[in-house]
Amino acid sequence: MIKLKDIYKIYQTGEDFVHALDGIDLHIDEGEFVSVIGASGSGKSTCMNIIGCLDVPTSGSYFLNGSDVSTLSDDELAMIRNRTLGFIFQQYNLISKLTVLENVELPLIYRGVQPKERVRMSMEALERVGLEGRSNNMPSQLSGGQQQRVSIARALAGKPKVILADEPTGALDSKTGMEVLALIKELHKEGNTIVLITHDNSIALHAQRIVRLSDGKIIEDKPVIDRQVQ
Amino acid sequence: MNIKQAFLLAIKSLLSSKMRSFLTMLGIIIGIAAVIILVSLMNGLSKSILDSFEDMGTNLISVEVMGRGSNRSVTFTEMQALMAENPELISGVSPNVSVGVKVKKDTESLTANCIGINEDYYDIKNVKMASGRFINYLDVARRQKVCILGAYEVTKLFGGIDPLGEEVKINGDSYTVIGTLTEKADAEEGSADDTVIIPYTLATRLSGNGTISSYYISASSKDTVNQASALVKAKLYQAFQSEDYYMVMSSGEIIEEINEMMGIMGTVLIGIAGISLLVGGIGIMNIMLVSVSERVREIGIRKSLGGRRKDILGQFIIEAATTSIIGGIIGIILGVILSYGAGKLIDLTAVPSVTAIIVAVSVSAAIGIVFGYLPASKAAKMYPIEALREN
Repeated sequence: MIKLKDIYKIYQTGEDFVHALDGIDLHIDEGEFVSVIGASGSGKSTCMNIIGCLDVPTSGSYFLNGSDVSTLSDDELAMIRNRTLGFIFQQYNLISKLTVLENVELPLIYRGVQPKERVRMSMEALERVGLEGRSNNMPSQLSGGQQQRVSIARALAGKPKVILADEPTGALDSKTGMEVLALIKELHKEGNTIVLITHDNSIALHAQRIVRLSDGKIIEDKPVIDRQVQ
Repeated sequence: MNIKQAFLLAIKSLLSSKMRSFLTMLGIIIGIAAVIILVSLMNGLSKSILDSFEDMGTNLISVEVMGRGSNRSVTFTEMQALMAENPELISGVSPNVSVGVKVKKDTESLTANCIGINEDYYDIKNVKMASGRFINYLDVARRQKVCILGAYEVTKLFGGIDPLGEEVKINGDSYTVIGTLTEKADAEEGSADDTVIIPYTLATRLSGNGTISSYYISASSKDTVNQASALVKAKLYQAFQSEDYYMVMSSGEIIEEINEMMGIMGTVLIGIAGISLLVGGIGIMNIMLVSVSERVREIGIRKSLGGRRKDILGQFIIEAATTSIIGGIIGIILGVILSYGAGKLIDLTAVPSVTAIIVAVSVSAAIGIVFGYLPASKAAKMYPIEALREN
């Protein structure tokens, strides 16, 4: 499903070159639930941005769903983000002046889904996260946990194969964080491929497999064998 | 994403930030309204001037003889002969002897511009009488001491009461008032209402030199004005052998000259209107630049959800176009209303110009769209992650 090969991401700050990603090779199969963990500055966010086609690597190749992403145009990348990927951001990234329903509809609008069908799919997604009653609220009228659930609804409304979650619980208290995490795990059970970025070990343990990054390199890649034991 | 959806999104986005939308529109509204007001008033002014000239008679030709100091001149008799020879071109000739006089009634007195004319003047200048009769052939031939008073004189000397049959003293001599003129300009001093009309045969005496240097001639019709004017010019050229000693102006030429003058004024006004449009445009530009840059993050979110470059650009262009169109319509309505209002205030009928409206609207719409497009285009080109990092 996701295949990163020898990915480098190098930023130039003045005279210095910063290797945010320093030769990453990563394979994620369809239906996997993978945590990418690392301290801040380890390159985990850059890694997610590249997986999410939000950014392009300096060098290396990236195959997503069989196609070589590095050869795609800007608009083709937009189409991939629209159809194949769903994002859950730490800061939710909802558009504040659109209602909850309109926010969830956005990816479907860009996909060209007809209004009726769009509303149906969006409402379905909102029901999944238990917010069907808030569809006409503005995001600012919701709590942080609810806003994150809206962003989850937005991510899954278009039924993407891969869901990328960047510190989805980072801005939430532990209880609502757990609820959000439970939701993500449910999505995994339904067959979605999930990549979860976190700095928090205990959250990473909810995945099937943990990839640990440090200084732009993968230093550990192992399955979570039995959570209960650990 | 189709146009209708984009349009609805644009309306929604405009409504969700009313203040910003209003400020953007304000620039457009002011720019367009200013242009419309300026041009309407300008048109109204030029129309009112032309109308008042047409009131005076479109057949009118006025002749001014400066002379060359020698005894060579063109007399009134020669002018009359010219008319007699060309009845199909010239229908009337009147001398125009202008002299400043002192007019007195009992203890009231004033100085006035007195003009000496003959009976033809009535038709030539399309005179409108409020009461009494005009000067006739006998008055002129017999040097009858009769006069016609303008509305200012009637007000000033007689307190507005009809003075028919009364006597006034003009430079000491007694004249009988045989008629009064219709009020044209609020009976103000120095206006068209401040005039005394007497037979020219008396006026040449009052002026102290017996010569007549100015004539009013009427062409037989509007279409023969140019021919008649040419005929008079030929006659004068024959007498003086140079164009420097006389001046012939037909109303057509005067109107042409006014049009030319108005054209120059119009150009100046268009310049001023252009500046206000530019100022409005800069307002639009600033708001657009701010509006787009504060929305880079939104652009990032939209891109991350699969918005293509053209989706993002379409959204911003349609937003800008919608703002421009709504602002433009308000500007047109406001401009037209204010033009009529201002026209009323300065006693002028405003004449809104469709061309001005079209130009003003297209310029501000173009500014709105271009400056909505440029920054949005820049933002739409960013990688989503760069845009998302903006705050």
